[in-house]
Amino acid sequence: MHEMSLAVAVVDQVETAARSRGAIGVSSIELEVGELAGVVADALAFCFELACAGTVVEGAELITRTVPGTARCTPCAEVWPVGMPPCLLCPGCGAAADGLVSGRELQIREVRWADPEASREEAHQPITEES
Amino acid sequence: MCRAVDLQRAVLAKNEAAAQILRTELTARGTTVVNLLSSPGSGKTALLERELRLAAERGVSAAALTADLATENDARRLARSGVPVKQVLTDGLCHLEADMVARHLHDWLPESTRLLFVENVGNLVCPAGYDLGESLRVVLASVTEGEDKPLKYPSAFGLAQLVIVTKTDMAEAAEFDETAFRTHVEQVNPGVEVVLSSVRDGRGAGTLLDRALATAEGNRVHTPVMARAGA
Repeated sequence: MHEMSLAVAVVDQVETAARSRGAIGVSSIELEVGELAGVVADALAFCFELACAGTVVEGAELITRTVPGTARCTPCAEVWPVGMPPCLLCPGCGAAADGLVSGRELQIREVRWADPEASREEAHQPITEES
Repeated sequence: MCRAVDLQRAVLAKNEAAAQILRTELTARGTTVVNLLSSPGSGKTALLERELRLAAERGVSAAALTADLATENDARRLARSGVPVKQVLTDGLCHLEADMVARHLHDWLPESTRLLFVENVGNLVCPAGYDLGESLRVVLASVTEGEDKPLKYPSAFGLAQLVIVTKTDMAEAAEFDETAFRTHVEQVNPGVEVVLSSVRDGRGAGTLLDRALATAEGNRVHTPVMARAGA
């Protein structure tokens, strides 16, 4: 059950971003979770509640968007949904896919700050990487 | 009124950065890391014990870090090979992370180590997502576990650079269907090498060591389709 580690990582990163902006609250966090990322959304939601207790993130809504797994075969110019369990062989020619187009995402997509004071900065501004 | 910020930050960015730093540091000093994953009871420790003993016989400088939730039993078994061994107790955590590995190597790993084998916690789910700074990821499955194991744990098998089938001396009794197993591996990880091993009858002895040495020498390692993102 590594969802607890993931939840803690999400909270840490959002806390860091909140600190650098002086935000005092988080309204919601949107996560992109690929079908092949090996993450159980319900377990992550449960752990998130525990991980954000007592932090600036407490009370934030966790929105999880599942990204389907797709793979590409360049010679066939084909992109197909790999399904679960995934099939990474091209349905056209049977050769190995060149790679995944999507499906392994595990990414914090968007954060909505609850505090209007912290929102003066432009959205989409890159956030300084820390630790 | 609330405002959105596009964070676009990988949840595991911290682990990935730590793994990359560890890989760079260890590679620079001539140490190659091999990460071993399997279910509990697939035979990681038995396989490793054999390969470490062979390494010692061949004069290859090897070491092993072995992780469990509790007990130092595996470290005691591996230490019989004569190579430096360290036990990591995860206190209930189901997987290793790169900074845990780095912490344990500090002040312990002999400078001359050519191969460092990391025996992950027995688990095919959680460890799959964590890069430990390895240059070779090996996934084991024993013949008693069923031919569909690669389909049930697609991330673990899909990201493997070498698959080892263990306990093949029991294949007949377990009615293990090798062809079906290979077909399932190919479905989630086309092109990955599958080797057969039995510690009891000596099958495949030295293969893991050979592949680890080839990796250390800079030979090309299989890149799984699943690891080739954004094609």
